[in-house]
Amino acid sequence: MTAIPLNHVLMLACILFAIGFIGVISRKNTLFILMSLEIMLNAVGVAFIGAGSVWQQADGQIMFILILSLAAAEVAIGLALLLRMQRRYQSLDIDKLSELRG
Amino acid sequence: MTIELMFYLAGTVAVLASLKVVTGKNTIHALLYLVVSLLAVAVCFYLMGAPFAAGLEVIVYAGAILVLFVFAVMLFNLNHDEVLFTRQSQGLGFWAGPVALAMCLLAMLVSIIQNADIQDKLTVNLVDAKQVGILLYGPYLLAVEIASFLLLAGLIAGYHYARPEGPGSHGGRS
Repeated sequence: MTAIPLNHVLMLACILFAIGFIGVISRKNTLFILMSLEIMLNAVGVAFIGAGSVWQQADGQIMFILILSLAAAEVAIGLALLLRMQRRYQSLDIDKLSELRG
Repeated sequence: MTIELMFYLAGTVAVLASLKVVTGKNTIHALLYLVVSLLAVAVCFYLMGAPFAAGLEVIVYAGAILVLFVFAVMLFNLNHDEVLFTRQSQGLGFWAGPVALAMCLLAMLVSIIQNADIQDKLTVNLVDAKQVGILLYGPYLLAVEIASFLLLAGLIAGYHYARPEGPGSHGGRS
């Protein structure tokens, strides 16, 4: 049995996830939205590692590794898209991306 | 200082740094706080008995992904946004916050290294890299292959989108 109770690990994961979610929905700068997404993925990783350490299984760490590769791919594509956006609109404001409005 | 107390301290550091990331104005300062947040989460992983995941967190997240962010910020040429919306702080005050949080983490690390009792407790519930590797290349082999395809797709898409639009590039205005 671990020294850290699972409740508290899950609470930390929830708090981090909530902070990241608030960042995603409240910021206008797209770069900050990407950073908040990183925080959210990280919170999910905390939950997985905590569960894996409580049950003494390595599956939690494997899920964390998969999340890590997902985050790497997401950041690469997201930053490339932001480069494209900066080049076209000269700004990172997400409200500029409203061409589809009817 | 027990393991639980250290875990709560590292979690508090992570939450504070994440709050500063979300509410920050200056991009580089927010990136500094993001590094501190990731390092604090890595300390949490270490205290939960997953040193391999902690190392991966430091190497991949705080090492590679954050460097990608920094390079992108350099390419963005952000002076327009930054000058408009941020007061330019020239003093040493702006890095005092991240340094204080990182020093907190360093103090915890040093106290763990010094204290043999805590190290014994940490090895009780260890899930080491060997078990992870056996599972990764056994039952999870297909997931590893899919992750490699995902990374390849990320590479190609990143190259495609970040390529400068010029007369030589085909595909036109996309």
